[in-house]
Amino acid sequence: MEFLFLIATLGLILGLKFMGDPAKAVLGNAVAATSVVVALIGVAIKSYAPAAGAGTFNIVLVACLLGAGTIIGRLLAVRVPMTGMPQLVAMLNGFGGLAAVIIALIEGLAHPISDDMRTTGGLLLLSAVFGGVAFTGSLVAHAKLEGKKLPKVKRIHIRAARVLLWTMVALFALYMLAPVPVVPFTTVLLLMAVISLVYGALFTLPIGGADMPVLICFLVALHGLVALLAGMFFQDTVMLIGGVLVGATGILLTLQMSKAMNRTLRSVLAGVIKRDTPGSEREQDIRPISASETASLLAFSRQVAIIPGYGMAVSQAQGTCQEMQTALERMGATVHYIIHPVAGRMPGHMNVLLAEANVAYESILSMEDVNDMMGRYDAVLVIGANDVVNPAAETDADSSIYGMPIIRAHAAKQVIVLKRGMAAGYSGEMNLLFDRANCRLLFGDARSSLRTIIDELKRI
Amino acid sequence: MEFTYHITSIDGLFILAMSLLLGFEVIKNVPAVLHTPLMSGSNAISGIILFGGLIQLMSTPPDRVWVLLFSSIAVLLGAINIAGGFFVTHRMLAMFQVKKRDTNKA
Repeated sequence: MEFLFLIATLGLILGLKFMGDPAKAVLGNAVAATSVVVALIGVAIKSYAPAAGAGTFNIVLVACLLGAGTIIGRLLAVRVPMTGMPQLVAMLNGFGGLAAVIIALIEGLAHPISDDMRTTGGLLLLSAVFGGVAFTGSLVAHAKLEGKKLPKVKRIHIRAARVLLWTMVALFALYMLAPVPVVPFTTVLLLMAVISLVYGALFTLPIGGADMPVLICFLVALHGLVALLAGMFFQDTVMLIGGVLVGATGILLTLQMSKAMNRTLRSVLAGVIKRDTPGSEREQDIRPISASETASLLAFSRQVAIIPGYGMAVSQAQGTCQEMQTALERMGATVHYIIHPVAGRMPGHMNVLLAEANVAYESILSMEDVNDMMGRYDAVLVIGANDVVNPAAETDADSSIYGMPIIRAHAAKQVIVLKRGMAAGYSGEMNLLFDRANCRLLFGDARSSLRTIIDELKRI
Repeated sequence: MEFTYHITSIDGLFILAMSLLLGFEVIKNVPAVLHTPLMSGSNAISGIILFGGLIQLMSTPPDRVWVLLFSSIAVLLGAINIAGGFFVTHRMLAMFQVKKRDTNKA
C-alpha cells in the first residue's frame, strides 16, 4: 500500500516535470492524473474502517461521489469555450478551496482536538483559513473575469480587510501561545473560517484587470498551500508533496508575472496603482485610418507583426486574425505574433487563444526574442492591447507603468492600433504610442475590422 | 509489509524543505506557451485536498448523517476540481499538439 503512495508521489513530480516541456506536456498531464487516481484509490482502501462502523454504504457513496464529480468536471471542461479558460480555472480553484474549508471544519468539529495537541489544531486552523481565502477569492476572481458588476471598492473595504487579517493573526497567536486555552478550539476554528471567507472576498475585490494573471497564480499557490497543510494534518505524504509542488508552481508563476509587469507582488496584492500624474493629461494628436486603407497598407508589407491583447479575447477575433494571416501569407508576407508575458487575463492566455485558432507554433514569438529587431517590421497591428505597447514605460519617468517591459511596437515602420474607443488601458495611463508619427488608429470592433480587411485583401 | 508510518514534525519539515526545492527545480524555465496548462494542471493536483474528505467518509458510520453529508459535498467538489482541471488541461495541450502535427505535414 505504501508502495502505491510512493509511485503516486513520483508520478506527480514527473508529471509536472513533463508538463514544463512542450513535447511531453500531454504525457505529463496524463501521468499526473493517473498518479492522483492511484493515490486516491490507495487512500480510500487505507482509510476504510469497518471497525468504526463503516460498511458497503460508505464505499458505494464514495464511488458515486467520485463518479459524479468526474462527470461534472468533464462536462465543465468540454463545454467551456477557450476564451472562458481563466474563469474556469478560477472556479475550479474555488471548489477546491471550499472543499478544504469543509474538510477542516468537519475534522475540527466531529473529532475533538485536545488542548495538548496545539500543532495539530494549528494546522487545521491554517488550512481552514487558507482554504476560505482561496474559495471566496477565486469566486470574486471568477465574477470579475465574467465581467459581472461588483461593488465599487472604497477605502473602507481595504481597511476592513486589514482589520480582518490582523484579527485572524491575533486569534491564531492566542490559540497557539496561550498557556491555558482561553477560547475553545471549535469556537476559534469557526470564527477563523468565517473571517477568512469574508477576507478572501474583500482582499480580491480591488485587484483586477491586468493584475488578474498574478492573482490567479496566487490563488492557485494558496490552494497548494492548503493541500500541504492538510497533508501534514492527515499525515499523508502524497497530499503534502502534491501541495508543495502546486505551491511552488503557483509562487513561481506569480513572481514571473509580477516581474513581467515590473511590480512587486505586494503592490499587486494591495491593489495599488499609482495614479498621481494628472499633469500628463493632454490632447493627443490622433490619426485614424480606415479598414480598407489598412488593407492596402498591409498588402504592400513584407514583414507584418500582430500584437494581441485582452481585447482580442473579448471580441473573439482570434479565428478571424488567423484568416487574415493566411491571406497575407498567400500574398507573400511573413506574419509574426508577438506576445507580452502578461497579455490577457492569465499567464499564457494569448498562446491558448492562438492555439485554438490553429496559428502555427513557429509564428508566435515572445517579447524578448524580437524587441531589438522591431525595426524590420513594415507593419505592426496592435489588436486589443494597450499598456504593453505604451512607450511611456520607457520614456516617462512619471508614468505609473514606467519600467515595465513593453513590446517596442513604436520602433516598427508603421503601427496600426485596432481599438474600440479612446479609453485608456488598465493602468489608466495615456498611451504615448498614439501620437507617434508612425501610428494610426483603426476604430471599431476588432473582429469586424479584421473581417473588412480580409475582404479588401481578397479584392487587391 | 504493514508498517505504520508516522510523520514526526522534523520529518515533515525535511520532506517540506526537500520537496519545495524540488518543486522549484522541476518547473523552472517553463516556456510561456505552457503557462496556462501548467497552472490548470497544478490546480487540478491541488484538488487532492479531497483525500481528507475521503478519509472522513471511509471511517464514518452511516448514522452520522451530518458528517457524511458535508464530507460528501467536500469530496464531490474536490472530484470536480481534479477531473475538470485535468480534462481542461488535456484539451488545451491537445490543441497545441494537433497544430504541431499540421505544420509538420505542411
